[in-house]
Amino acid sequence: MRKTVHKVIWGWDFDKEEAWLNDMAAKGLSLISVGLFRYDFEETDPGEYQIALELLEHTPNHPETEQYFRFLEETGVEQIGTVFRWAYYRRKTVDGPFEVFSDKESRMKHLIRILWLIALVAGGNFYAGVYNLWIYHLWHNPISLLGIISLVLCALCCWGIWKLWKKIKQLKEEGQIYE
Amino acid sequence: MMETALTEAVYYILLSLLTPMHGYGIMQNAETLSGGRVRLAAGTLYGALSTLVAKGWIENVPDGGEAGRQKKYRITRLGREVLEGEWNRLGELYENGRMLLKGEDRTI
Repeated sequence: MRKTVHKVIWGWDFDKEEAWLNDMAAKGLSLISVGLFRYDFEETDPGEYQIALELLEHTPNHPETEQYFRFLEETGVEQIGTVFRWAYYRRKTVDGPFEVFSDKESRMKHLIRILWLIALVAGGNFYAGVYNLWIYHLWHNPISLLGIISLVLCALCCWGIWKLWKKIKQLKEEGQIYE
Repeated sequence: MMETALTEAVYYILLSLLTPMHGYGIMQNAETLSGGRVRLAAGTLYGALSTLVAKGWIENVPDGGEAGRQKKYRITRLGREVLEGEWNRLGELYENGRMLLKGEDRTI
């Protein structure tokens, strides 16, 4: 039996998303396909799978990504689907603990990749917001709703950047003592 | 030649590749060698392998042209030198630790 859940989770909370998907898998609902804010689950044995996600370095259909997916497959990782550059994976629990990254350096690189993406989205929204508000102002129109939405999204992204920055800083501090 | 210590992942990758093997083999080998302590996650391993190939410390083993086959890697001469340098460094750490920590047992 399949079950679909709609849920809004932002990119900077990907670790919470991962934890939630793993909770579902532990209850016997394993992720089988993904869309934007949409999660499809299939019934499996409780705890049969572990879930992980990653922001890819390249686009999902890039040759480098295809090669990477092949490599993951060889290690027993099943690729569930992608949303923009986010990739969702699962692996059988019998194969051992499942993570995409196992050291601070690669975890940090991944976080920085996410930070840059969100900074880009924030920048785009800031530009769109200011531009729309300015144009409306020039035309003596009432306030631009689109402009306001863009600025709100920009503020949301800035909040995300701050949260990610804290995570990066914490890893950096640990890195001064441990590898 | 060495700037600093190698990461544990890189050390175990280089050590594993004294025998040519593919990615999954490296993961299993590192885990076995370390008694289950070192688990290399696939994303970390993939990134490290690309970096090490680019640095010339390891290389792809030609696979006879079979498309879609798993890529095998092996250590290069340069990689071996780096590995030996690291082994010496670890030996120094170990020796100094033994001398000072267990110094009370030492007879001069």
